[in-house]
Amino acid sequence: MATTDTLTRPGTTARRPASRRPAVRPGRIVAWTYLVIVMLITVFPFYWILRTALSNNFALLAEPASLLPVDFTLGAFRRVLGLATTEESIAEGGSGASIQIGHFLLNSVIYATLSTVVVVFLSTLAAYAFARLHWRGRDLVFNLFLGALMVPGILTLLPNFVLVRELGLLNTFAGMVLPTALFSAFNIFFLRQFMLGLSTETEEAALIDGAGRLRVMFQITLPMSVGPITTLSILGFINAWNDYFWPLLVTSDESVQPLTLALAVFKQSSPQAQPDWAGLMAATLVAALPMLVLFMVFGKRIVNSIGFTGIK
Amino acid sequence: MTLLPTGPALSRTQVPLRRRTGSPAHRADARLAWLLIAPAAVGFLVFAVYPTLRGIYLSFTNFRVLSPPTWVGFDNFVELAGDDVFWQSLGVTVYFVVLSVTLGTVLSVVTAAVLHRVTTSTVVRGVMILPFLISGVVAATVWSWMLDTQLGIVNIAIEALGGSGIPFLGSRDWAIPTIALISIWKSMGYTAIIVFAGLQTIPATIYEAGRIDGASEVQMFRRLTLPLLRPVLALVLVLNVIGAFQVFDIVQVSTRGGPANASNVLQMYIYSKAFGQFDFGYASAMSLALFAILIVITFLQLRLLRASESDTN
Repeated sequence: MATTDTLTRPGTTARRPASRRPAVRPGRIVAWTYLVIVMLITVFPFYWILRTALSNNFALLAEPASLLPVDFTLGAFRRVLGLATTEESIAEGGSGASIQIGHFLLNSVIYATLSTVVVVFLSTLAAYAFARLHWRGRDLVFNLFLGALMVPGILTLLPNFVLVRELGLLNTFAGMVLPTALFSAFNIFFLRQFMLGLSTETEEAALIDGAGRLRVMFQITLPMSVGPITTLSILGFINAWNDYFWPLLVTSDESVQPLTLALAVFKQSSPQAQPDWAGLMAATLVAALPMLVLFMVFGKRIVNSIGFTGIK
Repeated sequence: MTLLPTGPALSRTQVPLRRRTGSPAHRADARLAWLLIAPAAVGFLVFAVYPTLRGIYLSFTNFRVLSPPTWVGFDNFVELAGDDVFWQSLGVTVYFVVLSVTLGTVLSVVTAAVLHRVTTSTVVRGVMILPFLISGVVAATVWSWMLDTQLGIVNIAIEALGGSGIPFLGSRDWAIPTIALISIWKSMGYTAIIVFAGLQTIPATIYEAGRIDGASEVQMFRRLTLPLLRPVLALVLVLNVIGAFQVFDIVQVSTRGGPANASNVLQMYIYSKAFGQFDFGYASAMSLALFAILIVITFLQLRLLRASESDTN
């Protein structure tokens, strides 16, 4: 959907020599200055996480304004990864309470993967039924499903907690995932829209040749829908990875808690007087890094999908 | 993963008179369709419809999790009406919503418009989206550090420029504006990209025409861009207001509702009632009240913004 409006933009290339306008106008300078400032404010905290995580707590006290890591050390990472002994970590200004970040990282991976894979798969099946099959009540059911978009989480969170508790699923991955794993109105809507836009010729030809519906779905329609399926998976994964409130309700046990919870506890339990800022930032970096890596790989897709999902 | 066919509802006898649905092929279609949507339908009924109805029911009970609920009529709502903490918390939440949504939207639209006029670089947009990739917990943690009164780089910079340090998260006056700023930092880029995508759908010829008529950039922005963007803006505003009303993680990590309840937003108060005091009936009543507020506000927004129509015709 890249519109080619180079003509309308002042100061772009491909201009005839007879052009009266100079290549750079004050307006463009102002615009770029604004953009650069916005980008700096956006990126700076990420740099600050890195800079602090590579510093020594005591040196931070002495030189809080240094833009580079002070007294460069990997001690903070060793602390949060549980590689440092208690004496070592206290000597470096840590609290001595180590946070077993690898374990929480694994929990986050399990939680985000489970909830994403299941809900995207089931949404794809449902979307196919709404986009391609003719059955009575189809539109009614679809509109009912869409109605679920109207109900904000606030209304269902507490009753869902009670339900998960009654099912005996507190402190299990099943309990964390279940309420969102079976049904997502947004995913179904998004995929149905896409499938409605696909041509049906190949499918119909296959059906006439005697292929079964399921086979047509799995061998023709789904492969054609890989793009939006990937997009929804990435967005779902990011959301689940960053989820905080729901896991907070249904888990109290460290065996299943994701990293967001561990990080919040780490932040809140750090002493008021002398927080272990280097350790906190190292943990923060570990929590943010997987999403940043995901972004490196799928950046363009994520950026473009956001515009698309916003409009539709 | 096996899909269980749902019971007798599937084998309803067909009415033969209807066109096209009676054929064997369509019967097979219908059976398969129900099979395919069965898991989603179960999820919809069990985890969306049932909790909604149950939440409404629990609002009229004194449910405390460990004993079965008893019906108390409107008692919770009467208590809510006289609960100073609730009203204070509603005020704090509205303050946060107004600050974060207005400032956030203005910044997003300006950023999107500037992007639209000077660059289509995916890299620039990619940078803008970075904060969207991290959790509220991470955002609140790093900003707590940057805004720290003694060692925070922001206060150091303010003092270096000759100002006096600001107790961002530690004072009653600053807590909510600071949380709003963190929230804007986290979501502004994402909203800007949505608005940018909306701008991309505006035909370039419209700006051509504007320029030929001698309109300035600012005039074109006001007379062309904003009106054409109205549906996208309405969507962004409605979604951001609903989201801002339910703010929780940033508050929980940065101030925990303090100092002295100055940032005790509704979701915090609901959470502390439900999981601190196990007063689920009361917490449900508050959720329902918040839901009602959201419905009214959303309805008003859509009416005011005439969301469904853009000014193209």
